[in-house]
Formats: sequence, structure tokens, C-alpha cells
Amino acid sequence: MISIDLSGKVALVTGSARGIGKAIALKLNAAGAKVIGIDLDTNGLEKLKEKTKEEIYTCDVSSFTEVEELSKKVFEKYQKVDILVNNAGITRDNLIMRMTPEEWDLVLNVNLRSAFNTVKIFHRSMLRARWGRIINMASVIGLMGNSGQANYAASKGGLIAFTKSIAKEFAKKNVLANCIAPGLIETKMTESLSETTKEEYFKGIPQGKFGQPDDVANIVLFLSSEFSAYLTGQVIHCDGGMIM
Amino acid sequence: MALKDDLKAKIVERFGVSVDEIKEDTNFVEHLNADSLDVMDFIMDIEQEYDIKIPATEAESLKTFGDLSQYLAEKTGKPLN
Repeated sequence: MISIDLSGKVALVTGSARGIGKAIALKLNAAGAKVIGIDLDTNGLEKLKEKTKEEIYTCDVSSFTEVEELSKKVFEKYQKVDILVNNAGITRDNLIMRMTPEEWDLVLNVNLRSAFNTVKIFHRSMLRARWGRIINMASVIGLMGNSGQANYAASKGGLIAFTKSIAKEFAKKNVLANCIAPGLIETKMTESLSETTKEEYFKGIPQGKFGQPDDVANIVLFLSSEFSAYLTGQVIHCDGGMIM
Repeated sequence: MALKDDLKAKIVERFGVSVDEIKEDTNFVEHLNADSLDVMDFIMDIEQEYDIKIPATEAESLKTFGDLSQYLAEKTGKPLN
């Protein structure tokens, strides 16, 4: 029987207090990895810890100095990070006509700058180990754009370009970097949509339904494993066929 | 510890070679099986340990043990031997 065994691996998942990030953390944990939970939502992290039994840290990943401080604690406790999942992300939707510079900066900082911070700080231990997996959470919006989401789309498109660049830099060291581009996934973000809006969305999704956080987590599990050994710089769509 | 000995100890630890193998003209890439990323990573550690900044343009010219030890002696004022 084929199975994925991540025992001995240390994974760090940002934005893991709820939604897709939490599903990823639990999935990697179920595969045997030690999963470090990172978020700003301490309460959510506490609930995660009840299941993972590993360290959780409240950290603003958009701040380089906070990530530096975080890394000291992580390296002291775990000595390494093998799998880095940059999942933390926010939206501040607005038409460009109404979007403020603050809304632009906040989304770019949390969604894109954060990935620079964590990769910059954690990649060297992966390079030295000659093994690493970096998985960045992009979005279909980063590929197709969306009215009212110029900041979010730019951050996710930027994340894809960033991932391809580091994939090239790290490839020879067996440190692989890939993106996942989820489509519409059932989380708090989609919960508030009206039935009519949902029906409209379904028309653009060949599978005719929203995805589950676990659908994304399953791809992270694959990308974290040896089964993805010859895969880097790619964007894996998890969108029910929305973009082909 | 003299600078050269200190540097040799760091190279032994990092690149897994014996101290006798490290000569003045030992080239990091050609002789120590390192690539440009390994050398950059090593130089960044050196920066931290000696509390200096090595500009990327200067780092590119540090190809051998001799280059690096000479450069560090000039930059830190520490005795080579």
C-alpha cells in the first residue's frame, strides 16, 4: 500500500488558525510531520494545538523583524524547517476608484511581502539540508484578475512570479517551490455569499460546486512529499476546472 | 586563534574536507565541490561571525581560501597567522 509518511519533517504553516491553513496543518500533522502553527489569531491557534500538540506562535508574518524573532524560537526548538507553507492571506476588496493606498499596501504586505520574509529567513536551512518544500498559496484571481480585487490579484500574481524565481534559484539544492491556485473554497470568505451569487459562480465551475479546504490540503500533502520530487516552479490549480 | 586557522576550521566544518586539503589556491567551487549558492551561504555566515559586510561585487572575487583569508585580514585587521 502506498502512503505518505512525513515523520521527521518539520512544517511551518502560516495562517493556520482556520480555513485552508488549518486543514493543511492538520493534514501534514496526520501524515506525521511536526507542524508549527503561525497566525495572528491566538485563540484559533490554541485550538489547532489541541490536535497537533506542537508549538504555535502568534506572529505578523508581514513584519520582517517579527519573522526573524519567530525563526529564533523555531530553530531553538526544532533546529530546522523542512516544509514551509505560505498560506496567510487577506482581502480588502474595492474598486480601484475607491481603493486606498492603505488597502493596497496591507494586502500586498500580508499576502506577498510575508512570503519574502519567511522564505528569506527559512530557506538557508533547507539549502544546507539539501531538502525543502516551499508551497505558496496563490489564487485563481492571481491568474485571471478580478474586478474589485486589484490588490489581491496583484499580490497573488506576484506570489506566482516570486515562486517561479525562487524555484529556479533553489532547484539544484533539492529545495522545491510551487504554488497552489485555489478557486472557490468553502471557508468563512465564501460563507456570506447569497445563494444566487453561489449559483452564478457554479456556472463558471465545470465541477459545479465549491471546493473544500481539504481539497487544497491534499495537494499540499502531495507537494510536501517525495511524490513531488520532480516538480518545481509550478502552479497547481485546485478549482474544479474553473481555469484550464 | 589566527585568522587562517579559524577560517580553515570553518571550511572543514562546512564543506567536509580535511584541514590538510586547504591550500592558498584551494578554490571553493573547483576543489570543495561547492556551487555558487554554497559559497554565498558560507560568505553570509562569515559576515555574521566576523561582524562585517561583504558587498556582492567583492564576494564574487573571493574564489579561493587565499582570496578570502587575505580579504578578511584587510577588512578585520586580524593577523593572518
